[in-house]
Amino acid sequence: MSRQRPLSPHLQIYKPQLTSILSILHRATGVALSIGSIILVSWVIALTLGEATYLSYLKIINNWFGKLILFGFTFGLFYHFSNGIRHLFWDAGYGYDLKQAYMSGTLVIIASLTLTIITWLLVFFI
Amino acid sequence: MAEFALPKHSKIVKGIDYPLETDSKNTRKVNVYRWSPDDDQNPRIDSYTIDLDKCGPMVLDALIKIKQEIDSSLTFRRSCREGICGSCSMNIDGTNTLACLKSIDDIEGEINIYPLPHMEVVKDLVPDLSKAYEQLTSIKPWLQTNTKPEEGKSRKQSPSEREKIDGLWECVLCFSCSTSCPSYWWNGDKYLGPAVLLQAYRWIADSRDENTNERLDDLEDSFKLYRCHTIMNCTKTCPKGLNPAKAIGEIKKLQLERK
Repeated sequence: MSRQRPLSPHLQIYKPQLTSILSILHRATGVALSIGSIILVSWVIALTLGEATYLSYLKIINNWFGKLILFGFTFGLFYHFSNGIRHLFWDAGYGYDLKQAYMSGTLVIIASLTLTIITWLLVFFI
Repeated sequence: MAEFALPKHSKIVKGIDYPLETDSKNTRKVNVYRWSPDDDQNPRIDSYTIDLDKCGPMVLDALIKIKQEIDSSLTFRRSCREGICGSCSMNIDGTNTLACLKSIDDIEGEINIYPLPHMEVVKDLVPDLSKAYEQLTSIKPWLQTNTKPEEGKSRKQSPSEREKIDGLWECVLCFSCSTSCPSYWWNGDKYLGPAVLLQAYRWIADSRDENTNERLDDLEDSFKLYRCHTIMNCTKTCPKGLNPAKAIGEIKKLQLERK
């Protein structure tokens, strides 16, 4: 061997699979939810600090941008929740066949989108 | 910390284009990863255009044709050409498989061929598998017993016990699954990977083996076993249609049940 061997390409060339995309989305939403929980906590803190603080907090969050963030947060929550249930089935030993894994994956996408949309319909119309 | 980009000496550059002068309409471009230890170049992609009317049906046929007719320096492993030896595993059209089992007709457009992902390259499509073989050795892939079989008789196994290792013994150790697994990409030094874990379960599930507990003890490790996050790229890519993800799930379940 005359020189250092190269590392063969991986992420750069591997075709994205539903399996791997849902997996990385589970981790990404997990991280986003941890960071996003700061929004919820600061919301509660603002509330305890009195009306003036709370109103100025609302100014930050109660606009289209704030709502967009919250929309993302709710989707993250429902996705992580649904896929978490999928993981529980796996841990119990069910759903490992490729067909089942694809079906449960599709189901998780549908469920998390539906729950997110229902939540925001409730926000805007109730 | 996982390194997502390729190191500098591994970055791929543009290679040589070998066009084909022919009247045939049934031609296909094959793009192949090339690297040689004998010069000072980075890896490159060479493109060979071949006439499919004068080529066998499988990707391995195309590679052999290229080696025989265009570029004899092209290096790859192959032997049985029927999915039994596990030599010709590589990344074809974005997923890992055996070149001898992958039909050219199943690929749309140009055929892109790389070595198994995230491995050290010995030459062209030949990855260094010595680490993976070491990991295989570490799980002791042979029958372990403490008792002697009845004098002059072999160890008995009922048909239903024998069924438990179906879908496990068929593995040809091509390592397509392990090298499709992002977890193995980032932690391949400590995580055993789907191929080796499937082998581990093959012996755990074998009714004749008497060291099941020791085997499970050895796997009870946050890296060796539990880096599996059920991504399932392994099962998706296995050219033999086996299910390493399920085998790993069974090991995890056994760990839980014996606690």
